[in-house]
Amino acid sequence: MTLHVPPPETVLDPQPLLSVAKVSRFYGERIGCADVSFDLWPGEVLGIVGESGSGKSTLLRCLAGIDKPDQGEVLFRGGAEPLDIYSVAEQERRRLMRTAWGIVHQNPRDGLRMDVSAGGNVGERLMDNGARHYGRIRETALDWLQRVEIAGNRIDDRPRQFSGGMQQRLQIARVLVSEPKLVFMDEPTGGLDVSVQARLLDLLRVLVRDLGLAAIIVTHDLAVARLLTDRLMVMKDGRVVEQGLTDQVLDDPHHAYTQLLTSAVLTV
Amino acid sequence: MTVHQSISDEAKPAYNYAYLDEQTKRMIRRALLKAVAIPGYQVPFGSREMPLARGWGTGGIQVTAAIIGPDDTLKVIDQGADDTTNAVSIRRFFERTADARTTEATDEATIIQTRHRIPEAPLKAGQIMVYQVPQPEPLRKLEPHEAETRKMHAWAEYGLMQVKLYENIARFGEVTTTYDYPVMVNGRYVMAPSPIPKFDNPKMQMSPALQLFGAGREKRIYAVPPHTSVRSLDFEDHPFRIQSWEQPCALCGAADSYLDEVVIDDQGGRMFVCSDSHHCETRRAQGHRGTMLGDATASGLVEAKS
Repeated sequence: MTLHVPPPETVLDPQPLLSVAKVSRFYGERIGCADVSFDLWPGEVLGIVGESGSGKSTLLRCLAGIDKPDQGEVLFRGGAEPLDIYSVAEQERRRLMRTAWGIVHQNPRDGLRMDVSAGGNVGERLMDNGARHYGRIRETALDWLQRVEIAGNRIDDRPRQFSGGMQQRLQIARVLVSEPKLVFMDEPTGGLDVSVQARLLDLLRVLVRDLGLAAIIVTHDLAVARLLTDRLMVMKDGRVVEQGLTDQVLDDPHHAYTQLLTSAVLTV
Repeated sequence: MTVHQSISDEAKPAYNYAYLDEQTKRMIRRALLKAVAIPGYQVPFGSREMPLARGWGTGGIQVTAAIIGPDDTLKVIDQGADDTTNAVSIRRFFERTADARTTEATDEATIIQTRHRIPEAPLKAGQIMVYQVPQPEPLRKLEPHEAETRKMHAWAEYGLMQVKLYENIARFGEVTTTYDYPVMVNGRYVMAPSPIPKFDNPKMQMSPALQLFGAGREKRIYAVPPHTSVRSLDFEDHPFRIQSWEQPCALCGAADSYLDEVVIDDQGGRMFVCSDSHHCETRRAQGHRGTMLGDATASGLVEAKS
């Protein structure tokens, strides 16, 4: 079952941004994820939900170019030519990862340089891509800090002086500064308390809409999925058991496991 | 000062010429050739145990041993001076094992082994600088994984080095790295110029001399061939600058050399003198006089020379 509802501003784009075909990753005898196929359209936000150990993160690592899948291919259409990310040279893949892609890690420590100031963290991708004008790098960094609601006077503070929520927002600024086309997020709200989560979600929603980003968000939190995503994939034991529009999947789940998942959500 | 001393008879059978065996020298020369062919690229080599501790210049000594011949004249600099312990020991080592002429005069030397300084006197074509390098990897403090730094070099991913400079400027208003200041060689490889002050970086740019770098503990050799571009990293709006002093050398009056600060009493007295001892002596011999030369001669700090 494939349902595509690209947002109105990108309707004219006829090609999916990312095509995933039969991606599988095995850990010895065990399955990490198996036989996953889908298309991601420009500007679309795809959620991957499932319980712990269902293969969400494995799949994300395969898609993001971190971990080579054992089977299948991942086709990225960021430039003129579609690019099979695992058949191009590692150099090209790394270039892609610091320009057209971004990865937001669950733990900001994995995504940030903890001993480099906030400005340096945000500016790193600019410098990676050849920016050599200090004043302009700083200006851009300042702009991005404000967009993620970090006060400009914290620009020279190190991430370890920031709260968890601020670190996560800083990580997002650091990724988005290079204006990627596609962002991978692994539990972006994990470990944050509920009110901070809510603000981060608001922020993400605004940024994703404003920039026309395509995003793949892995989460075990169905509320996050409902707020942020257009389309949902439900995983169990490494396989996709159901996918469709987010509201459809959550309000009218077909697969037994999805029904279990949605009914397990606590309501206050 | 030129000392010529033949190998004593009892030393002859014990060691091969220039201490290292011929196979080792060939191995080092192969690494050197590769290093010269790829300016700024770190070539691994099989560093040998030398009769002094690693960290005392074993890399430089091995490079010198591989290239020195009976016709060479060797100058050794340690902290800019020719008369410090390590410089004296290394000179004597090659006098004994390689029958080498040694000198303190920069323009007489064919090989100049150095730690910390490039001589003030301009280098000439045909001269070879040999640097003793403690840490050949400029990215080491930024990226601890060797596999990753190699990839970064291979694909010229040097944004991280720029982040370090950014941090300096953000925190202190300027780049505070004053020695081992990273350079871009031939527009391709970022290289650690060994712990020379950044004052000496511009001397590497398009130098007519061949520059060889040996890191004994880290087992790396790299090189800058003559007439190669060596650019210090900077930002467009924060260009690279060398150190400057408010006063000239107190002994020879030089206003354009690298100065060391010397504390001379416990009353807060201090003087600034050339770090390149040969340069300073040459200028004094030419009649240049600094403000404190008279005092220094009287108190025996400086030998009176006619």
